[in-house]
Formats: sequence, C-alpha cells, structure tokens
Amino acid sequence: MAKLRQAAIYGKGGIGKSTTTQNLVAALAESGKKVMIVGCDPKADSTRLILHAKAQNSVMELAAEAGSVEDLELEDVMSVGYGGIKCVESGGPEPGVGCAGRGVITAINFLEEEGAYTDDLDFVFYDVLGDVVCGGFAMPIRENKAQEIYIVCSGEMMAMYAANNIGKGIVKYANSGGVRLAGLICNSRNTDREDELIMELARRMGTTMIHFIPRDNVVQHAEIRRMTVIEYDPTAKQADEYRALANKIVNNKNFVIPTPVTMDELEELLMAFGIMEAEDTSIIGKTAAELAAEAAAA
Amino acid sequence: MQTVDDIKPCFPLFQDDSYKQLIANKRETFEEGHGKEKVEEVFQWTTTKEYQELNFKREALTVNPAKTCQPLGSSLCGLGFHKALVYVHGSQGCIAYFRTYFNRHFKEPIAIIADSMTEDAAVFGGQKNIHEGLANATKLYDAEMIVMSTTCIAEVIGDDLNAFIGNARKEGHLPVDYPVPFAHTPSFVGSHVTGWDNMEEGILRYFTLNTMEGKVVGSNGKINIVPGFETYLGNFRVIKRMLKEMDVPFTMLSDPEEVLDTPADGTFTMYAGGTTQDEVKDAPNAITTFLLQPLTLDKTRKYVEGTWNHEVPKLNIPMGVEWTDAFLMKVSEVTGKPIPASLTLERGRLMDMMTDSHAWLHGKKMAMYGDPDFLMGLVKMLMEFGVEPTHIVCNNGSKKWKKAMEALLAESPYGAGAKVYPGADLWHLRSLCFTDKPDFLIGNSYGKFIQRDTLHKGPEFEVPLIRLGFPIFDRHHLHRQTTLGYEGAMQVLTTLTNAVLEDLDNKTRGLGTTDYNHDLVR
Repeated sequence: MAKLRQAAIYGKGGIGKSTTTQNLVAALAESGKKVMIVGCDPKADSTRLILHAKAQNSVMELAAEAGSVEDLELEDVMSVGYGGIKCVESGGPEPGVGCAGRGVITAINFLEEEGAYTDDLDFVFYDVLGDVVCGGFAMPIRENKAQEIYIVCSGEMMAMYAANNIGKGIVKYANSGGVRLAGLICNSRNTDREDELIMELARRMGTTMIHFIPRDNVVQHAEIRRMTVIEYDPTAKQADEYRALANKIVNNKNFVIPTPVTMDELEELLMAFGIMEAEDTSIIGKTAAELAAEAAAA
Repeated sequence: MQTVDDIKPCFPLFQDDSYKQLIANKRETFEEGHGKEKVEEVFQWTTTKEYQELNFKREALTVNPAKTCQPLGSSLCGLGFHKALVYVHGSQGCIAYFRTYFNRHFKEPIAIIADSMTEDAAVFGGQKNIHEGLANATKLYDAEMIVMSTTCIAEVIGDDLNAFIGNARKEGHLPVDYPVPFAHTPSFVGSHVTGWDNMEEGILRYFTLNTMEGKVVGSNGKINIVPGFETYLGNFRVIKRMLKEMDVPFTMLSDPEEVLDTPADGTFTMYAGGTTQDEVKDAPNAITTFLLQPLTLDKTRKYVEGTWNHEVPKLNIPMGVEWTDAFLMKVSEVTGKPIPASLTLERGRLMDMMTDSHAWLHGKKMAMYGDPDFLMGLVKMLMEFGVEPTHIVCNNGSKKWKKAMEALLAESPYGAGAKVYPGADLWHLRSLCFTDKPDFLIGNSYGKFIQRDTLHKGPEFEVPLIRLGFPIFDRHHLHRQTTLGYEGAMQVLTTLTNAVLEDLDNKTRGLGTTDYNHDLVR
C-alpha cells in the first residue's frame, strides 16, 4: 500500500476552498482512492457536499454536549459520504467568543488518539479556515501531519495577498520540519490574464500553479443540491477539471519551501498586470479644499 | 502580645485576650458577615442528605479538586532523568506553583525553569521565549538535557514545540546535538498523571524513534520499569531492592529517588541520580517493559508496544500480596530468574503481620480518594487486610477506571458495600462522610478539612484522616515511605492498624468513664 499522504488546503476566506476541496476529494474517491476530509473551520461547512447535509455534527459541538472530548467515540464524530469519503468537522465556537484555534488542536488530537488515521487511507485533506490567524490553525501542518500545502487563490488582489501571507506562515514551519508548499490552485474569478498572473505569482513564490479551474455555473447548480459536480453531473466539463486537478495532485512531486515576495514586489506585479493603479503619492493627506486650491493655482 | 523571652507561634498566640478582642472587633466592624447562628444553620444544612443530593447535581463547578494539572506530572517525570533540566514553556506563576507544590511535599529544593510567557508572547506566539530560554538555560545550568512541556497559555495559542525547538537549533540558539525531548501537556486536559505519561512518551520517543535499527528485543538482558506518577521514594527503592535480590538487571525509566532526597552536606545539589540518556537509548533492547501504573500510562504503552515491539505484561499496580506476587512471578517468568528465598521470607513476614493485625482491621469501613492506579492498589490491599472500602473518589478517574474498580470490588465480599465515584471532588466526598460515615478516610493532606468539619458536627461524627497519597504537606517525611511490594503492604498495614488503635485510645481515655477499655495491650 502507498504511504498515506496528508494535505492542507489554505486560502483567503470565500475563495472557494471548501467547494474546491470537496470536488477534488470526490474526484479522488471516484478514481478509487480512500480519502478523509477534516474540516478545520468553526463554520463546519467542509463536508456538506459529500454528506448532502446542512452541516455535520462537529467534534467540539459533540464534546460540549457530552461534557468533554474524552467522552466521545470516533463513530460519534465521523460520517461517511459519497465514494466512501470519511468526513470529520472540528467545529468551534460562535463568532466573538472562545478560541477556534484550540478547537482545531483538540479535534485533531482526538482523531489521532482514537485511531482515525487508518492504514487503508490514501489521502487526508484538511480544509482550513481563511488565513492562518493563530497557532491552532497551523496544527494541520505540524510534524507528522499534513506535509503538503495547497493554496486556493484567484487573480484578485486580496486573494493573492492572502496566498503570499500563507506562504510566509509555511516558511516558519518548513525551515525546521517537513512541510512543503505543493502549489497554487487558481479558482477563476474571470479576471483579466488571471492564469498568467497566478503562474507568475507561483513562480516568484518558488512553486507552480498546479491547476486553473475555470468558472462554471454547474458548480453552483450542484451546490444548491448539496452535491459535488462529480456526483451531480459526472459528464460535465467542470467535472473533468476537478479530475485533472486530482490527477495532478496524485502525481505531484514539486514540494518546496516557499519564497514569499515582499509587499512592494507584490504590488509591482499587480500593477504590471493592471490590477492595481500606480499610487499618486502627491495627493496623500490633502483635503478637498487644498486640492481645489492647487488645481486653481495650476 | 509577643515578648522576647516567650515567643508564641500563631497557636496559641491568638488565644490571648488581646488578639481575641482584636479579631472580634474586626468581625464586628468590617466583615459584615452573617451571625454565628446563621453560619451554624447553613453548616448543619450542608451535612444533610438533602444537601448531598443537590451537591451531586453540580455540573460545571469543581469544589476542592483531588487532582492537579498535566505539567506538574511532566515535571516530576523530567526530574527523574540524569542531569536533566525541567523546562516548562509557559507563564511564571504556573511553574512557581509546581515548584512550591513539590517543595511542600518533598521538603526539598526543586529546580524547574520557565520561559515566562507574558501578554506579547500570547499574541505573537512563544517562539521567541523558547529561543531565548533555550539559549540561556543551556549556558547557565550545566545540564545535559532539557525536558520541555507546556502550560495552558502555550496550548491555547497553539505553540508547536517540535517546530520551535527545531528553529532554535537552525538559528543557533541551541547547539544542534543538544537533546531537548518535549511533550505537549495542556493543563485543561486530563490531570498530573496524564502529564507524566505524555512526558515519558516524549522522552522515550525522542531518544529512540530514529535509532530503532539494530535494536533487538531482549538483547541487553534487562527489564524496563516505568514507575508512572510516583511520589513515594520508598517505592523506587523497594522495586530496585526486590529486583536486585532477584538478580534481575533493570532500567528505571524516570528515577527521581536521589534528586528528591539530597543530603544536607553544605552544598546545593541541583542534579542527582536519574536515568541516563544511554540507558534510555538502550531501553528498546530490554526483554520487556513493566508499567507500574498500568491504567494511566496509555501513551507510553502504545509507544513501547508499537515502536519497541515489547510485549507489555498485563499486570496491576504491585500493591498488596496478590498483585506483588503477580509482579514478581511475571519478572521471574520473563527473565528466567527464580524468586529468591529472601522475598519468600519477606512475604511470609507480611502474612504474619496481617494475621496479627487482622482482628483490629476486620470490618473497619474506610473511604478514600487519590489517583486511579493508587486507588486500585489500595482497595486491593484493604480487602486483603479485611477492611471494607466504602466511598472511593477518583477525581481523575475515567470510565475505564470505574469498570476496573467495580470488577475488583466484586472479587471480594469486603467490596460489596463500596461505591465508586469517578470525576467526583472532595466536596462530594465531604457530603458522603456526613451521610454515610466511614470509620476512617484515606487520602492526602487536603482531607484534614473533612476531618475538621465532621468533628464540628460532634465528636461522634468525626472521620479521622489517614495520610496516604500525594500531596502530603502537613506531615513530615511520609514521602519517604513505601506502598509497593510486600514492604509497602507492611508499612500501610502498620499505618492503618495504628490509626485504628490511636483512635480507640482517644476514645477510651476517659478516666473512670471509658477507660475500662484503655488497654495496655492491643
């Protein structure tokens, strides 16, 4: 049996991490791989398309009910969905209270102790909330956990900014451990020259754009039905895109310590692609009245 | 008032009229407390069955816990290694607490260092503290290894010890080959026994995981002993003695016996004795590994079985006659060394002592609390002595412990009246001591408050405390005693019997009233 590969998916909030991850995992399962998804987001929406559910009962939710996580059994928190995919949601507090990062740590420790990482698994995917805001959200990339990281992004400024930032986070762990950046996944927003832009960002960060996923409404159609495209319409062109991504990840050998770019470099790149205007520093701090006076004088 | 030629300690000083008046004035003027009658009324209410029912309905609150947190356990584990400096990644106060806790129990200086995380570390992560801490500690304290664990602040923010220590090496804060075994020990999970187990596993893993090649089970002819969270120094000594008498070579994997019992010879000894790094590295070559506290060493067992491929014997804590027999017979079985006449003789002496004291212990009812394995051994021993366990409280006991304890109680008619309370605290136990009075309570120093409260209800309600367990702050040198092996059983038997006789003397000392039973010979 091939060795278990563990991968973490990061990226800006709202970029389509969960949708991409679930479609990707569905494609892997379709090709016969045994996969587990661990949702690391208090919103607990990383498995709904696989399970056709609104939201899975999360580890933390069940632990709070039972009194403590020690009172839970593995079967309480794990559900099996499309293609035999094992699903777990770490869960966490409501917005504004508690500590979601600790929830992720607790949930992953629980899975390890209860023997969720069985020998028959080929892949484990961690779908991690937005930015790596605290140490808890770096739990999936600690030693002996996810060793490859994929960043979902698009050709929008904030998405690229976040991707670069996540790269910085990875460096901290990559220097002493085995975790590596394995590529950028471009989830298209139909911006201009998006593929070229992300390829260039990937090149500068020392990695590649592993796949460009075009925008297609069938993803939304499937999502309304709480399904992945792979399951909803296996003949759709978009399904082939996810299959292509899955295939590339299976064969991926390009694991690097990222070389994140500086803010200036990133802005320069965005300007070169016309996404950002050059800044006019002469107007900074000037009131409307001052600017009017200047205009009149000129 | 104090005078130079007659200095009084706080008792009886505060019995002086001037102090009595002072305290009365303070109460009257500033405390705004309820009157004596109201306090007494509430006190009496807390002794009732009705209150007990409310008390056991508590869900979110612990009152007077009978356990402490993981890093205290990890610290004790680390103290048992040769020239090992115990380092806790966390804030000052936690570590000061561990030091004092051990100081008060062992009456010894305890060296544990902290990297003093403050608010900025909580925001930016504790990596900088670890880097500076390791740089300083390796230069200042002449240690040969640093044993690192964590407190809750580091755990909540998700500090990753493996990555941070690795980075420290890379960036030159720590020599590349300087050993720093580590364990994550979140205070809000489990208890001190969990922390001990996590730290032990961390140390064994650190020194052996990547050097398993060429290791052959049984090739060094020794056995390994994992003591678990053990605070009786006599227990380290008795296990060593018995194995020596059996001529069985062994490695004690964490051995703080010397560092917790250093002589007053004019010098401060920061490190003494302890398991060496070489011994740990060689431990996979042993015949097998004995876990002395098998219910609370899950992680260590998993590692020893999974990585070292040891067949860990399924035994109970070696307390009392039968379980000591089982331990020695298993040692004999795996090593091929016979049990020597000296141990058979010792066993015979214990049996003799048990018969001598049996008349006094038979049918005595005793409630108790403590750590999971200790309670298992204690109950086993008490039933062998003819004592009837009543209420058994294990604040850090799991469902698994409850099952094991109930199965044990079912083995003997002496266990028929016992009730088992995993997760309960000393305030629960206080209720039980009022509503279903045992003859004695066995536990650590904190039980003295239950004794005081029961006495307040009236002399006939008093439940005397017998001090066995950890911590014992208010009696000296009991930590040097033994509870394991035949020797341990002898000492516990002596303690229990004399507590019974002392109590009887107290009750029969009335001149011309109860002294018809104030006997010279017991």
